[in-house]
Amino acid sequence: MMDLDKIERDLMREVSGVTGIPEGAYNFRVNGKSIGRHSSDKIDIIPKRGKSGIDIRIANNTRGEIAHIPVIISASGLKEAVYNDFYIGDNCEVTIIAGCGIYNCGADDSIHDGIHTFYVGKNSTVYYIEKHCGIGPGAGKILNPTTKLFLSEGSRAELLMEQIKGVDSAKRLTEAELKKDAQVVIKERLFTHGKQLAESKIVANLLGDNSSVDIVSRAVARDYSVQDFSSHIIGKAKCWGHSECDAIIMDNARVNAEPALDAQNIDAELIHEAAIGKIANDQLMKLMTLGLSRRQAEAQIINGFLK
Amino acid sequence: MLRVEGASFEVKKGRKKLVILDDVSFSVKPGELVVITGPNGSGKSTLAKIIAGIETLSNGKIILNGQDISTKDCTERARMGIAYSLQAPVHFKGLTVRDLLQIASTSGETFCGENLAEVSGLLEKVGLDSGQYLDREINNSLSGGELKRIEIASVIARNAKLVIFDEPEAGIDIWSFNNLIKVFNEMRKNSPECAIVIISHQERIMKMANRILLLKDGKIAFDGPSGDAMKMMRDTQ
Repeated sequence: MMDLDKIERDLMREVSGVTGIPEGAYNFRVNGKSIGRHSSDKIDIIPKRGKSGIDIRIANNTRGEIAHIPVIISASGLKEAVYNDFYIGDNCEVTIIAGCGIYNCGADDSIHDGIHTFYVGKNSTVYYIEKHCGIGPGAGKILNPTTKLFLSEGSRAELLMEQIKGVDSAKRLTEAELKKDAQVVIKERLFTHGKQLAESKIVANLLGDNSSVDIVSRAVARDYSVQDFSSHIIGKAKCWGHSECDAIIMDNARVNAEPALDAQNIDAELIHEAAIGKIANDQLMKLMTLGLSRRQAEAQIINGFLK
Repeated sequence: MLRVEGASFEVKKGRKKLVILDDVSFSVKPGELVVITGPNGSGKSTLAKIIAGIETLSNGKIILNGQDISTKDCTERARMGIAYSLQAPVHFKGLTVRDLLQIASTSGETFCGENLAEVSGLLEKVGLDSGQYLDREINNSLSGGELKRIEIASVIARNAKLVIFDEPEAGIDIWSFNNLIKVFNEMRKNSPECAIVIISHQERIMKMANRILLLKDGKIAFDGPSGDAMKMMRDTQ
């Protein structure tokens, strides 16, 4: 596929599932440059002028199309900030598969700041999938994703954001602004190990009547890693908001969860749940009585939890 | 098959020692169905956990097919052919019924039901529709009765040499009790060498047994044929 070495190909598959030239629109960014770009009839990908990134313009009534925009960094010490703006027309249903993988075998930190802004048209639905991982024995693999959503009337966004392994430091910011009848579902999965740091901040502004947000964060922190999670739901209309943060803490890790609710309307219905705990002993025991070793049982429980 | 020799289990409560099991000895032969019964707090569940390797004996021995397994942990015992059904099923966030049944049917030395048809068949056996349940998470969205049936299915999946059920009838109020009896009958028919130990208070389950063990205050008060036990219990009521 294209001009990638084995490590890059593996990373590409890991973060985006891409193993060849996909159907539809795509932009492959490798080591700070686009190495393949294709627009479809309805999805136009245009490089930005004056700064890094692309505009993705999706025509009204585009349905069932997928756009792939993965990023790979294998050059140690590369630092980049990339601005991708998505203009999604009315009555669309589209899937965006993003994701970033860093391979670092050198002495300098590699950093990717991905700033994604979505303008979602009326009655449109967007599915956004973003997977992050880092590999290699070198210095820092640092990923700081910012995702901003502007949801028009009756639109819907479903986000699945995963940090699977190897990311030394992450500062994640997800912001959503919802008009009347708009919905957003944010599913976040974070796994940290070693001495990694991960910070995730989610802010949802419910501006229109019957808007809703559902945030489900599941996190596993092991070894000496530190995670900081905060969610802030602001209800300014007749709306519904729910935030659920569940974390498994292991070894000498630290997890801080701060869910916050701010109701500014008498008909705002906002709920939060947060739970942090170690793997329950009875779960381990049950799987061990089925023949798994303690280590295998732990892995099954974590995999299931982050699935 | 299974021999429990002089099994004792003590816990510390403050400065005091609490004796939960006191010098318990009995054996179970291949193909035998033994029911352990007795009042609350008599040590029945502790005894089941000791055989499964979840609790460790203070004194005594557990022998399986001539081998002393007292120091083996529950993983090793599961791989040697012991299956154990918990009284209170465990919740898992994220693990589905399919995951659990696949782990149960493929891990360790016992091996059966690796494919979807067999995993589905396991659910049908306990009266659950596989289409509805296979991809459900094993969490509190399932009722106590549903969880219990899934627990029993996970144990049947083991295809084990010795199966211990801790109060299998608890919580299955919706499911007809007849189905549970059918599960035990099928196990005996399909695996005639499999030894089954059931902790129960149900007369119908006791009537199925070859032998009844009555535990009282951590000691065996009676060990004999089902008929004699039923008569004795009726006489003492």
